[in-house]
Amino acid sequence: MKTDVLFQGFLQAFMWFWAIVILYPLIYVFSASFSSPHAVVSGQVWLWPVEPTFKAYEAIFNNPQIMIGFRNSLIYTALGTVISVVLTLLLAFPLSRPRFVGRGFFTWMLVFTMLFSGGLIPTYMVIKGLGMLNTWWAIVLPSALSAWNVFIARTYFKSLPEELYEASTIDGISDLGHFFRIVLPLSTPIVAVIALFSAVGLWNSYFNALIYLSNDTLFPLQIVLRNILILGNIDISMVQNFDAMVRKQGLSDLLKYAVIVVASVPVLLFYPLIQRYFVRGMMIGSIKG
Amino acid sequence: MVNNTLSGTRWKLVKRHWQLYLLIALPILWLIIFCYVPMYGVQLAFKKYSISKGIFESPWIGFRYFEILFTTPSGLMVITNTLILSFYSLIAGFPLPIILAIALNETRNRLVRKSIQMITYAPYFISTVVLVGLMFQVLDPRLGIFNRIFELLGGKPINFMGDPNLFSSVYVWSGIWQGMGYSAVIYLAALAAVSPELQEAARIDGCTRFQRIWHVDLPGILPTIITLLVLNFGFVMSVGFEKVYLMQNPLNLQSSEIIATYVYKVGLINADFAFSTAIGLFNSVVNVILLLTANQIARRTSDSGLW
Repeated sequence: MKTDVLFQGFLQAFMWFWAIVILYPLIYVFSASFSSPHAVVSGQVWLWPVEPTFKAYEAIFNNPQIMIGFRNSLIYTALGTVISVVLTLLLAFPLSRPRFVGRGFFTWMLVFTMLFSGGLIPTYMVIKGLGMLNTWWAIVLPSALSAWNVFIARTYFKSLPEELYEASTIDGISDLGHFFRIVLPLSTPIVAVIALFSAVGLWNSYFNALIYLSNDTLFPLQIVLRNILILGNIDISMVQNFDAMVRKQGLSDLLKYAVIVVASVPVLLFYPLIQRYFVRGMMIGSIKG
Repeated sequence: MVNNTLSGTRWKLVKRHWQLYLLIALPILWLIIFCYVPMYGVQLAFKKYSISKGIFESPWIGFRYFEILFTTPSGLMVITNTLILSFYSLIAGFPLPIILAIALNETRNRLVRKSIQMITYAPYFISTVVLVGLMFQVLDPRLGIFNRIFELLGGKPINFMGDPNLFSSVYVWSGIWQGMGYSAVIYLAALAAVSPELQEAARIDGCTRFQRIWHVDLPGILPTIITLLVLNFGFVMSVGFEKVYLMQNPLNLQSSEIIATYVYKVGLINADFAFSTAIGLFNSVVNVILLLTANQIARRTSDSGLW
C-alpha cells in the first residue's frame, strides 16, 4: 500500500508540474505585455504586471502592417475553410456509399496522397503554371483537401442509418437530393469539426504564404508576426549608447510580448468552445472504417 | 458469361448512381491538379533542368543528384540532423502523454481534471510563429524568464537559441510543451473505454492502484499505443519545415539544417529546382517505405495497423 501512495503521488506531481510549466510562460508573457518597458528590462516582472501600461497595445493597433495581416488572415481563413469543407464533403459522401462503383479506386487515389507527394518544387511549378503566385488562391487552394478530414467525414456518413437512404429511394429522391436534403442537414457536427480543423490550420500556418506570396499587401498575419517576432531580433546590436539600447530593447521586447498576446488571444478565446469539437473529431478519426 | 453479367450489373449501378460521379468530380479534379500533376513533375529529380526546355524536354542524367546528396558533407548532415530530431522527439515525447492521460484518469476531482486538461491542451492552438517568438522571449540569455529563474537558482545564463548542441533539446522539449495535452486526449478516450468490469474485478481481487493500471489499463490501451507508435515511426523522416525554419539562425545551422529546410533553400533560394526535387523525392520514398514497413509490423504483432 505504501508504494501505491508513492505512485499516486508521482502521478499527481507529474500532472501539476506540467500544468505549471505550461501555464507559467503564458501568464508571464501576458503580464509582461502590460508592464512598463523599464520593468521588463530590469527584470521586475515575475507574475503580475508591474507599472501597468497599454503603450504596447496602442502601438500594435496603430501598426498598419499588423492590421493588414489581420484582415488578410481573416479572408484566407474564411474563404479557405469554405473551400475545404465543400471539397471534403463532396469527396466523402460518394466514398461512403456501398454501391458506388469505383469506390476502391478513388479511396486509393486519396490514400496515396497521404503516402507520397510530389514535393516542394513540383508543386511550386504547378502553382506558378496556373498563374496563382501572389494571389489568394495560392493560400486557400493547395492545402484545401486533407485525406484525414475526408476519412473523418466518410466515417460519419457511414454511421448514418442506411434506412434513411432506403426511405429516400422509396420516395423517389435522387442521390443528389438525398445528399443535399437528407444527409447535409444531419451533418452539422461533422461540418463543425472539419471547419474548425481547417480554420485553425489556415489561421496558424505560414508556409504557403512564405513560398507563394512576395507582395506584402497580401501577407497573412503569421508572416507579419514572423517579421516582428523572429526577424526583428537582429537590429539591436547597431545601437551604440547603452541607455538608448536598454530603452530600445525594452520597448521592442514589450512590443513582442504584446504581439504574442494579440495573436494568440482570438484562438485561445474560442478554444474552450471548440475544444469538444476537436476531441470529437479526433475520436471519429481514430475509428478505422 | 458470368463476367459479362457482372460487368453488366456494375454498369447499371454506374448509370443509376451517375449523380455520385457528379459530386466527386470537383474534388478528384483537385487531387489531380494539386497532388498528381506534381507527382508527374518528380521526374525532374532525374533530369538536368533547363528553363528554356521545360521539364519534359530536359535531358536525363540518372541518379546523379542522389550521389551528390549521399556523398557531400551537407547532404549527410541534413539527413543526420533530421533523424536526430525525430528520434529524440519520439523517445522523449512518446511516453509523456500516456503518463499524463493515466494521471488525469486517476484524478477523481472533476474540476481539477478538467482544468489541467484545458491548460495542457491550450498550447496546441498557438501558431508555430507565436510559439517560436515566445521561445525567443522566454529563453533569451539576458532577459528571458527561464534564464532569470535559472540564475536565481545559482546557474549561469544559457544561450538556448544560439547553441548548436542545445538545438535538438530546445526543439523537442518545446514540442512536448505544445503537444503533450493534445496527444493525451486520444489515450484518455482509450482509457475511458477500458472495461469497468475488469477494473471492478481487479479491485475486488485486492489489486493496488499500480497493479490495476499495469495489468488492466495499460493492456487496454495497448492497441492505441501501438497504432500511434507505428504512425510516428512512419513519419520519422518528415520533420516539419515551419518550426525548424523559424528556429534557425547562423549560429545553430550545423544542427538545425534538416531535409525540409534544405529542400526549400536549394530549390527556392538557390533556384536549383532539379536537385531540390531529388532531395524531396528521396525523403518521400523513404517515408513510404517506413510507413508500409511499420504498418506491416503493427499488423503482425498486435493486429492494429493503420489499414
